[in-house]
Order: sequence, then structure tokens, then C-alpha cells
Amino acid sequence: MKTFKLGGVHPPENKLSQSATIEVLPLPETVTIPLSQHLGVPANPVVKKGDSVKAGQLIAKGEAFISANIHSSVSGTVQKIDDVTDTSGYRKKAIVIKVEGDEWEEGIDLSKDLIKDITLSPKEIVSRVNEKGIVGMGGATFPSHVKLMVPQGKTAEFLIINGVECEPYLTSDHRLMLEKAEEMLVGIQIQMRALNVEKAIIGIENNKPDAIEHLRKLLTEYPGISVEPLKVKYPQGGEKQLIKALVNREVPSGRLPIEVGCVVHNVGTSFAVYEAVQKNKPLVDRVVTVTGKGLKEPSNFLVRIGTPIANLVEAAGGMPENTGKVVNGGPMMGKSLSDINVPVTKGTSGILLFLQAETSRKPVHNCIRCGRCASICPMGLEPYLLAVLSSHNRFEDCEEEKIMDCIECGSCLYICPSGRPLLDQIRIGKNETGKLIRSRHK
Amino acid sequence: MNEITLISVISLGSLGTIAAIVLYMVAQKFKVIEDPRIDIVADKLPGANCGGCGYAGCRALAEEIVRKESLDGMNCPPGGNEVIAEIASVLGLEATEQDPTIAVVRCSGSRENAPPKVKYEGDMTCAFAHSLFAGEGGCPNGCLGYGDCVVSCDFDAMYMEEETGLPVVKDNCVSCGACVKACPRRIIEIRKRGKKDRRIFVSCINVEKGGVARKNCKVACIGCGKCVKECKFDAIVMENNIAYIDYNKCTLCRKCPPVCPTNAIHELNFPPRKPRPETKNEPAKA
Repeated sequence: MKTFKLGGVHPPENKLSQSATIEVLPLPETVTIPLSQHLGVPANPVVKKGDSVKAGQLIAKGEAFISANIHSSVSGTVQKIDDVTDTSGYRKKAIVIKVEGDEWEEGIDLSKDLIKDITLSPKEIVSRVNEKGIVGMGGATFPSHVKLMVPQGKTAEFLIINGVECEPYLTSDHRLMLEKAEEMLVGIQIQMRALNVEKAIIGIENNKPDAIEHLRKLLTEYPGISVEPLKVKYPQGGEKQLIKALVNREVPSGRLPIEVGCVVHNVGTSFAVYEAVQKNKPLVDRVVTVTGKGLKEPSNFLVRIGTPIANLVEAAGGMPENTGKVVNGGPMMGKSLSDINVPVTKGTSGILLFLQAETSRKPVHNCIRCGRCASICPMGLEPYLLAVLSSHNRFEDCEEEKIMDCIECGSCLYICPSGRPLLDQIRIGKNETGKLIRSRHK
Repeated sequence: MNEITLISVISLGSLGTIAAIVLYMVAQKFKVIEDPRIDIVADKLPGANCGGCGYAGCRALAEEIVRKESLDGMNCPPGGNEVIAEIASVLGLEATEQDPTIAVVRCSGSRENAPPKVKYEGDMTCAFAHSLFAGEGGCPNGCLGYGDCVVSCDFDAMYMEEETGLPVVKDNCVSCGACVKACPRRIIEIRKRGKKDRRIFVSCINVEKGGVARKNCKVACIGCGKCVKECKFDAIVMENNIAYIDYNKCTLCRKCPPVCPTNAIHELNFPPRKPRPETKNEPAKA
């Protein structure tokens, strides 16, 4: 079975919520929609305080090239446009909407009928995806329309669909592949048309045999798309790792996948593209896994963007008393929250509740030079070295050691027997090195 | 004396002489002429290489002083005015007196004033914590308390106070500015030491609106502007919901600290105030 060769770890999978069907979460009283939920420039609000909005209405426009439109996820009145604490832990601009009823913008098809015929041209598809504010749903939230445009002089050969979901605990993509498979496949066809590629490969780790089987059955009607089971290994969902695993090509350091003729999209993105193109529906909701060993009912919810995370936890049986940490995302790459009243954003793939006993970090000891971090680093870096260089502010050396190639998967932190905060230090190093590189181009 | 000794002495001796002549000629040819005053000035400087003067180290400052032949704008924070005066007398230049300065921590978000709401477990450096979240107390501008400034101090002039979790600047601070650069939130400022080491400053840099700031911290500046009205010397400016006392204009009159409703204005090293007479207009009981 295929997988990537270099490094990788295998943390316990703990997919507690994998058999929980996607439930629609009831509407909250108010939603808080941050203006920066995507990678790139924050969107500019186009509504004012007191305006009444409908679900699906454009409320903030992404004006830069790398930015995304934001739509209201509910119908109601705009209460305020103000700084609100978001998942970053800082206060950032957001639009707060009081929910009144559930009225949708005209022209949005809310029926469940599957529309297979693709009528739009590639150009129209890209502009529709842009208009409807679709971003990468895997968590990085990179504006999707940018990824659907092939730069001049390059050709895309493969569309790679990421159904790996290598993060332990998370099951939102898994459930989507089971429950919205056909919609997702049409979405993939739309993306194939936009990119003008003949082949699409869906990579799925073989801890989801039901999804693999289900998709394979449907594939006869969708030529050009294939499903490839992959050996379970973290971080297989990383773009570069997935390309290596599926088509055995290596993306050069500092380059994009298009260099090797690949474009990678998440299954959630394909579904969102389907809804945007076929149903005219903007990205206003997403599937979020709420899970944890102490939770009564680990679940998968279809949640409107802007719903407070506290509501999700409540719907999954309430916060267990001995909760130690609430993590936004998976256990490997997620970030713990300092406040659970922050809203769900386009990039929220899961909410993970750790028990007190599971959370604390190991005590930090000296590096014993075992080299495990270097042997498991999926990018072939030397995390111990990068961490030391970064903590001594030697950012030029960091650059030379290719710190910018780090995908922040956290495998080094996971494997380190001395409990050293390797990733933390590397992240600072990446930040500072990035600044250094940018200052050179000015 | 046998022959072998004689031969070796003569051959090695002449070889050495030739080498010496060659080396001498090369040394003359490639001689680097350096102003001898640079060495003299560098000797006068403290040799701490702290970078507080804005140059790469003490020698770099010495080179610059000699090159410019003036002491305008040159200062040596650890050496102070004496060192500059000494250099001036050696070089026959005029020294400009500069007010002694010291680092000031502009945050009072102690554990008591800004109680921690969450517990941080990552890498115990301010730089990383700053990139992750607003801080255990919740103030996005306040001191994180992991001591990057203390680590950066080469003069042992700072320590973290156990009780409050805030850094404290000791009197031996030379105001080199290393801590200013180390603090990711720019809380520390280099200010005038003031007469008799007396200083008045706003111990808060939080730019959020009053209500929000107060929620996180009892002693936050809420931007009410009372101190601005009280100040007769126009020394206090209000910008971005935060008051700032200009130390060049401040006369240390001590009028502003009592009017601050949140006690955000601190006065240091003053004699204790006389107990104030009871204020007349106390709010009547409802």
C-alpha cells in the first residue's frame, strides 16, 4: 500500500466519532463572523450596524488577490462590527449578527437534489468559487479560486483530493465522504474542468475502509476519478506528503505543488465547490467534529459559520468536569483555546476536549541527541537544530537549514523523549525568518 | 664544536634573517594606519558591548566618535556622562550633558490585578506565547510574565517578582535597551531617571476601550482623560485610549496620580504623601 517515505509518526487514531452521522446544529442566538477567516488580507465589511441581512448574503468583500468573500450564515440584524476575541486568542474585527428566523438569499438552491450537469465554463467556475468565498476546508483556509487558476506556463496533470484526515480524533471529512459522496464527486469534476485535468485521485487512509468502498462503488459514473487507499501515517494529509504518496513526485523546497503538475484540494473544499457552482450557495456552514474521551456523545455537526464553540460542546453532551484543554483542530496541529465562546470559522475542522489527565506536557529535559526528531521529520529537517538556532536568534542559519520548509506538523514534539518544545521554538524561528526574508525583498 | 652544529646554526640563522626581512617589508607595505585615538577612546568606554549607544559595540562607538570628531548625539548609557566627559577631555571636544535614563516596565497586570484565566503550557518564552494568545490574564498588550526581558539583560538589572509575576528593574539598570527589544509587546520603555530618581509614568500600554480593558485588568488605563485635564504642563497626551506622560515636559508635580480612577499612573521614589483631607462631595447614600 502506498504512503510517503520520509519520516512520519503513528499516533493513536482515536476516531471516536467516526460512526456518528452528521447532525444539523440548531441556529444560535447570535453569530460572530470574523473578517479574517482565511489566509491573506482580511475582507472589508459591506454592511452596517442595524442592517438586516439574509443567510447567504455578502457581508464582507475580499478585495485583494489572496482574500475571500464572507457571507452571512444566518438571517437577522447586524448588531455590531467590532473587535471580538476569535480563535487566535486576540481581538479582531468581526461582524456580529442577531439571528431572526432563517431566511435565505434568493437564487440559492436549498434542495437536496443532485445536479450532475456542469454548465459553467472553467473561467466562470473560478469566478463563482471566488464570489462564493470558498477557501481550503482542511484547515489552512487558502482561498480556493487561487488554487483553481493554473499559472501561465504551467500545466496541471493531476487533481489530488485529500481525504486522508490523518489527524487523530477528527472525522468530519470521513463523514462527508460517506454522506455527501456524490456531491463531492461532482465537485471534483467541476474542479477538474476548471483546471483542465483528466485525472483526479482521492487519497484515503485505510482506516476508513467504508469510505473507500463507498466511493469505489460510485466511481463507475465518474470517469477520470480514482480512489487510492493509503497506509495510515501522520502527516499524510500534508500537501507535499500526499503528492509523494500518490504520484511519487517531490515538490521542490519553497515551491508549490503545481511545479510537479499537481493541485491538491480537500474533500470538504470539493463539496463546497459543488454547492457554490451547482447550488449557488456560498460557504456559510461546515462539518465540525466535536470529540474527546470525556464527552458523552462525540459527534459531527453541520454548523453555520460564526456559531460559538460553546454551543457545539453543549450539543455534544456538555463540557465534562475534568476537562483540561479545549483544542481547536486536531491533537497534532490544533491550538488550544483560551475562551470557548469564540466562533466557528471556515477553517474549524474539529473541537477536541482533552481530559485533565491527558493534557499536561511532559516535563522538559535536556536534549539527549537521540536524533528521533530528525528521523521522523517528514520534510527531512533537523528539528533539534532548528529549535536551538531559533532560540539563539540565529535566523540566518535557520534559513540555511530550510526552516521555511517546516510544515508545523508537530511530529517532532510528539516523538521527543525529553519533552522539548521543539515545534514552539521552530514556529518563532519561522516567523522571524519569514520577516527577514520579506525585509530583503523590500 | 662539531661541523653539524655549525652548519645548522648558520643555515637556520640566515633563513630566519631572510624571513624576518621579508616579513618586515610586507608589514610595511600593507600597514593599516589606524588613528591611535581610537584605542584611547575604546579604553575609556566600559567595554560592555551592550549596544545601548546604537552601535555594534564599544569599539564601533569609539571609531565613530573619532571619525566624526564630535560627541553630538553620542552617549554611553552604562558609562553615563562621566565617561563621555572623560572622552571629551582626551579628544579636546565638547561634551553634551545628557539626562541619565532607566528602563521602565509599563504594566501592572500582576496576578492580583489581572487574574489568570487560563494556564499556558507551551515554550516558556514571551516571544512564543505572544504569537499564540493574549496571555493568561487576557490582556493583549499586557506583560506575559515569562521573562524574556530578564534573560536579555546583561547587567543583572532585572528580575521577575515571584508574587506579581512582573519584571522589576533594579537601580543598576544602565538603560542599554536590550529588554526593550526583547519584549514582544514593547512594554518596557527607556525613560529619564528624573531628579533624585523620581519618576511618574502611566503603567499601562493597553489600547483597548476602557470597558474591555477593565474586564481583564483592574489597573488598566481606561482612557478617561482625567489626567490630561489635570496636567498644567501639557505633558500628558491621550492617543488610542491610552495616556502617555512625556518625560521631557513632566515636572514631577505629582498632580496626576491621585486623579487616575484606576491607579494606572505610578510614582516612584517620592516621599509618602500627606494623608488627604476627606473629599467633600462624597456620593450620597441612595
